[in-house]
Amino acid sequence: MTVMKKKLNKTTKSNLITYAMVVIVYIIVQLLVSGGAVSSLMKGLLVPLCVYSILAVSLNLTVGILGELSLGHAGFMCIGAFTSATFSKLTNGVIQPAGFRFFLAILVGAVFAGIFGLLIGIPVLRLKGDYLAIVTLAFGEIIKNIVNVIYLGRDSHGIHFSIKDAASLGMDADGEMIIKGPQGITGTPTDSTFTIGIVLILVTLFIVLNLVHSRSGRAIMAIRDNRIAAESVGINITKYKLMAFSISAALAGVAGVLYAHNLSTLTALPKNFGYNMSIMILVFVVLGGIGNIRGSIIAAVLLTMLPELLRGLNDFRMLIYAIVLIATMIITNNEKIMNTIRRFLPKKQAQPVKEETK
Amino acid sequence: MKKLVSFMLVAAMVAATLTGCGSSDNAKSTEAAGESSAAAGTTFKIGGIGPVTGGAALYGLAVQRGAQIAVDEINAAGGINGTQIEFNFQDDEADAEKSVNAYNSLKDWGMQMLMGTVTSTPCVSVAAKTAEDNMFQLTPSGSSVECVQSDNAFRVCFSDPDQGKKSAQYIGEHKLATKVAVIYDSSDTYSTGIYESFKSEAANQGIEVVAEGAFTADNKTDFSVPLQQAQAAGAELVFLPIYYTEASLIITQANKMGYAPQFFGCDGLDGLIGVENFDQSLAEGVMLLTPFAADAQDDLTQKFVSAYKDKYGETPIQFAADAYDAIYAIKLAAEKENVTPDMSVSDICEAMKKGMTEISLEGLTGTITWTASGEPDKEPKAVKIENGAYTAME
Repeated sequence: MTVMKKKLNKTTKSNLITYAMVVIVYIIVQLLVSGGAVSSLMKGLLVPLCVYSILAVSLNLTVGILGELSLGHAGFMCIGAFTSATFSKLTNGVIQPAGFRFFLAILVGAVFAGIFGLLIGIPVLRLKGDYLAIVTLAFGEIIKNIVNVIYLGRDSHGIHFSIKDAASLGMDADGEMIIKGPQGITGTPTDSTFTIGIVLILVTLFIVLNLVHSRSGRAIMAIRDNRIAAESVGINITKYKLMAFSISAALAGVAGVLYAHNLSTLTALPKNFGYNMSIMILVFVVLGGIGNIRGSIIAAVLLTMLPELLRGLNDFRMLIYAIVLIATMIITNNEKIMNTIRRFLPKKQAQPVKEETK
Repeated sequence: MKKLVSFMLVAAMVAATLTGCGSSDNAKSTEAAGESSAAAGTTFKIGGIGPVTGGAALYGLAVQRGAQIAVDEINAAGGINGTQIEFNFQDDEADAEKSVNAYNSLKDWGMQMLMGTVTSTPCVSVAAKTAEDNMFQLTPSGSSVECVQSDNAFRVCFSDPDQGKKSAQYIGEHKLATKVAVIYDSSDTYSTGIYESFKSEAANQGIEVVAEGAFTADNKTDFSVPLQQAQAAGAELVFLPIYYTEASLIITQANKMGYAPQFFGCDGLDGLIGVENFDQSLAEGVMLLTPFAADAQDDLTQKFVSAYKDKYGETPIQFAADAYDAIYAIKLAAEKENVTPDMSVSDICEAMKKGMTEISLEGLTGTITWTASGEPDKEPKAVKIENGAYTAME
């Protein structure tokens, strides 16, 4: 019993640290911004940092907690981004105030991404390991390519849809294009702010951390650790796998909503919604520590800021970024180096013993 | 208790990194501000944004180099009204998000006017930001309609719909063909934009679009299907609103099939002569609508091309010419309105907006005047490839 209590206490504490970290960073940044001490570059980076943090945390749910390698995470972000941007374009000015519309847009993005996560999860989660990774990669690309052929317009007769070209929509002259195939959506209202981003990070953390430490979360981790053993004690494998996968997808959708409403243009390019992005998110997760939610956020923030802070180096910027990536991966995986570093850090193992003696 | 200590450490570390960046940036920006105030009245700070890494790097580099040549020339000749220009070009990897980052970092540098961005989609995102800040923006090559929708934004190149419309008009007026096939890249804004306006204008010109073949960036090596469709439909002319790499493949494959229509393209075909492993004789007779041909005989072009070759060892493409003209347009408009570097960004923008509509630039890409909407008014030049060189058509 005492062991149980201490364990709970420890996780609660760890969770609180994570929340506090986000809140403290928020307060510091807000103070700096109001003091005029933050450059335009940093101000412009604040919302993307929130986007990538949410993505990293949500992917960590699939990779770290569920233990399945997903390479199609950007696809869910893409769905969230496009559905919510379409929603915002359609209802801009109709639903007032703008804040409420954005709130609905977030829900729309999350729900659609979640539904797609569920639909894609059903066939995909039958696979394991490398096969699953490759199929998720394919689904991510399929989503991106489908989005690229959608033409959607609105005029006085209603909504027109085509997958051929804009002319075949047959719209009135006063019609408005909403999704213009590969040219994507332009003129999305830019509602995303740093405050909303931070709130969404906290919500994401709340959902993920609570899930992980709940009964369902333990079931999910049991599946990760030993599928056969989990099945033999009566855990419904499909249910819990789908649960983790679709929650992860829905949260990625939320990140997509934030992304879509940060810039006024939205196009599904290989760069922002292709596998490059999926792998980028995976890099955040791996660097931050698989299964380590707090680490994901820190890694996402550092790796997003790095190439921008290196702008002074001009042509060598991306090269140095790559070298830093390689170096961090090698260092964090090298026991000798890590042991040397650990010597300078407070020893984590010693702590519970000390508390007990107290 | 240790936990609390470690938590404090983490918090302190994160705070330190963030404030670290914040304060270093702060120092940088105040330094920049100090510099610009110290340098007020001595230099114009013109920023440029475009892809210098990644798939579209060719265009970004061309713009960077073309603009640099113009800046060097102007500075050597005494600058704008005696004021030197500082030019800072930032990479955006042709990505909207990175482009806004690049714009923000240029603002920290103290940019007063923006010459960019090179590619269309990032340009629209950046244009929204420049409109907020009321910063003067002149894009050399952002061709989609939305690039210049705010009144502080202007462009040097034709808009996509304009190119499509002008191509259709040219074909119609010169009675080149009545049955036309189009092969375009449906994943590309530029290509789709031209195609759509071409198709809608074609009807007015008595041109019948008999076949349409679309390809995407993932699938652009085999064009036999659209070519067969075009041949079967009896197209006399194939319109290629695409870039030269794919066009060279299309022309080669058509030749293999024994299909010899006329080929007509837009400025993207500029560069067709230089394609490696491409039988240049096949390019004979290809027509293209482009504002710039590197072997035009006028003094301005020759001077620019030789300067570019000396400095970078290659023949400039149209993007470089657009950038060159953009810098000269800024110079002309700034001189017209007596813009001085000690004015605020917003004041410069207001003056430049007025100045742009009043100037007439004798540039590499023709004689250009601007309307308040930001669109350039210039005559498209049609050129035909004859004896391995671009020759102007009437």
